Amino acid sequence: MIYLDNAATTRMPEDVFEAMKPYFCEQYANPSAIYSFAGGAARAVDAARRTIAASIGAEPGEIYFTAGGSESDNWAVKAAAQSCQNKGKHIITSTIEHHAVLHTCQALEKQGYEVTYVNVDECGVIKLDELAAAIRLDTVLITVMTANNEIGTIQPIAEIGALARKNGILFHTDAVQAYGHIPLDVDACNIDMLSASGHKFHGPKGVGFLYIRKGVRVGAFVHGGAQERARRAGTLNTPGIVGMGTAAARAVDGLAARMEKETALRDYLIQKVLEKVPYSRLNGHAADRLPNNANFCFRFIEGESLLILLDQEGICASSGSACTSGSLDPSHVLLAIGLPHEIAHGSLRLTLSEENTREEIDFTVDAIKKIVERLRSMSPLYEDFVKEGRAANVQ
Amino acid sequence: MYSEKVMDHFNNPRNVGELENPSGVGTVGNAKCGDIMRMYLDIDGNGIIQEARFKTFGCGAAVATSSMATELVKGKTIQQALAVTNRAVMEALDGLPPAKVHCSLLAEEAIHAALWDYAQKHGIVIEGLEKPVSDIEEKTQEEEYS
Repeated sequence: MIYLDNAATTRMPEDVFEAMKPYFCEQYANPSAIYSFAGGAARAVDAARRTIAASIGAEPGEIYFTAGGSESDNWAVKAAAQSCQNKGKHIITSTIEHHAVLHTCQALEKQGYEVTYVNVDECGVIKLDELAAAIRLDTVLITVMTANNEIGTIQPIAEIGALARKNGILFHTDAVQAYGHIPLDVDACNIDMLSASGHKFHGPKGVGFLYIRKGVRVGAFVHGGAQERARRAGTLNTPGIVGMGTAAARAVDGLAARMEKETALRDYLIQKVLEKVPYSRLNGHAADRLPNNANFCFRFIEGESLLILLDQEGICASSGSACTSGSLDPSHVLLAIGLPHEIAHGSLRLTLSEENTREEIDFTVDAIKKIVERLRSMSPLYEDFVKEGRAANVQ
Repeated sequence: MYSEKVMDHFNNPRNVGELENPSGVGTVGNAKCGDIMRMYLDIDGNGIIQEARFKTFGCGAAVATSSMATELVKGKTIQQALAVTNRAVMEALDGLPPAKVHCSLLAEEAIHAALWDYAQKHGIVIEGLEKPVSDIEEKTQEEEYS
C-alpha cells in the first residue's frame, strides 16, 4: 500500500503509541483528582501542555485540550462571536475555510451575525486588500486558516494578524493542516486563537487543542466541570493528550529537515505528474504551499473513478469531486480559485509524509498516467475535445 | 460502498466506445454535477437494437450504470428498451448507494436520448418517448485551464 492521504490523517508511530500506553490500564487516574495516584497522569498532561505551548511560542496556560480540530474551530468562532456581541456581530473569514469554520459561520448567520467571506486569488491566497476593506467598526473576529486542507496554500497570516491587531479585532486561525508541518509563532503573527488536531501530525485521533491568548475573553464551549481553567469541561483524555504531546515534540524536532525532505519529494511529484499527464494542472500556489501537499486537476475525467482505480493499485488518495463530498457540487475550494465545475470534478489530492519514498512516487505517477488515459478513453468530454477541440452541442 | 456487480461493471465496463454512423446517439447529464453519459445505438430494419456503446464522464456508479444500461438494451426492441427504467438498471447492479441513484436516472435518460435521436433521424414517433431533458451547457468555459 502507498499511503498518500496524510491530510486526512497520519500514521501514529509506535513510540507515540508506547508513550500513551501507561495511561490506559496503569495510570488510569483522573488527572484532576487530588490523591497521589493521579499525580502521574496530571504530570503527563502538564508535560504535554508545556511541549505544545512551547511549539507555538505560547504559555502552557494558553493551551486548552479539546476533542479535535472541529471542536477547536467551533469553540473559537462561536465563543468569540458570543463574547464580543456587545461590540458587534460582524465576522470576516475566507471562502476556502474548512467546513468546521464555514458551517459554524453559517450557523451564526442564522443567529443574526453578519459574515463576510473574503475571496482568494487563483492560487488560493486570500485577497488582503479585500480583507482590509471588509473591516467595519462592528467587526469582532477574523478567522482565516493557516494553510488550506485541499490545495495546501499557506495564507499570509502574519499580515492578517497585524491587520486584526491594528483594528482591535480578534484573530483566529485554523492551523489543523499547518501545525507540526510548518513553523508557527502566535506572537509573531498576532494570533489570538489557534486550532490544531493531534492526528494530523502523527498523534492520536479524537484529541486536539485550542490556543487562546491570555487576556482574550472568550467563554466556555463545553460546560460542566472545572477542567481547563473552567473553559472546557470534561475529564481530560490523558492518553490522547500524552500522545498528542509526544507527537508534537516529534513534529518540532527536525521540522526544518523534514520540511526540506517533503518539499523535495512534493516538487518531484508535481513535476512528474505535470510532465507525464497531458491536460493536467497544479492547484494552489507553486511555492507557498504545505511541504506535503500536491493537488491536481485532470481534465475530462472525474475524481471518484480515479480514486477507485488508484485504490486498486494500492494507492490511498483523495479528491474534491462531488462524488466524494456527498453533494452534487465539487469542492468549494476548487470553485473559489476559479475552476469551472467540470474541471474541479477531476481533482486529485496527494498528501505526503516523510515516510514516503521516491519509488512510491514513481509508481504513483505511472499509475495516475495509466488510469487517466483509461478514463479519458471512455470520456465523452475527451472524445469531443479530440474530435473538435471543443465540446459539441448535443441534444 | 458499491456492490460487487457495480465494481465489476466499473472495472470491466461492457460496450465502451463509439459506433460509426449510429442509428441514434444521445448525450445527457450535467458537467456541473459531474456526470455525462453518451449512448450510441445501432437499430436494424426490424427495430431491434443490434449494438449499444457508451462513453461516460463520471463516478464509479455512472460508469457502471452506463455499462449495465447498454447490456440491458442490446438485442431488445425499441419498446423493450424504453421499458428499461432506472430501477431496472439499479436492480441489475444489485443496488446503488442512495447518493448514486441519480446515476441510474441518467442511464435511463441516455437510452431515451439515443432513441429520440433515432426517431428524429427517421422521422418517426416512438410511442411513450418524450424528448429527453439534457443539460450540458455548463461544460464549455474550460479552455483557459489547459
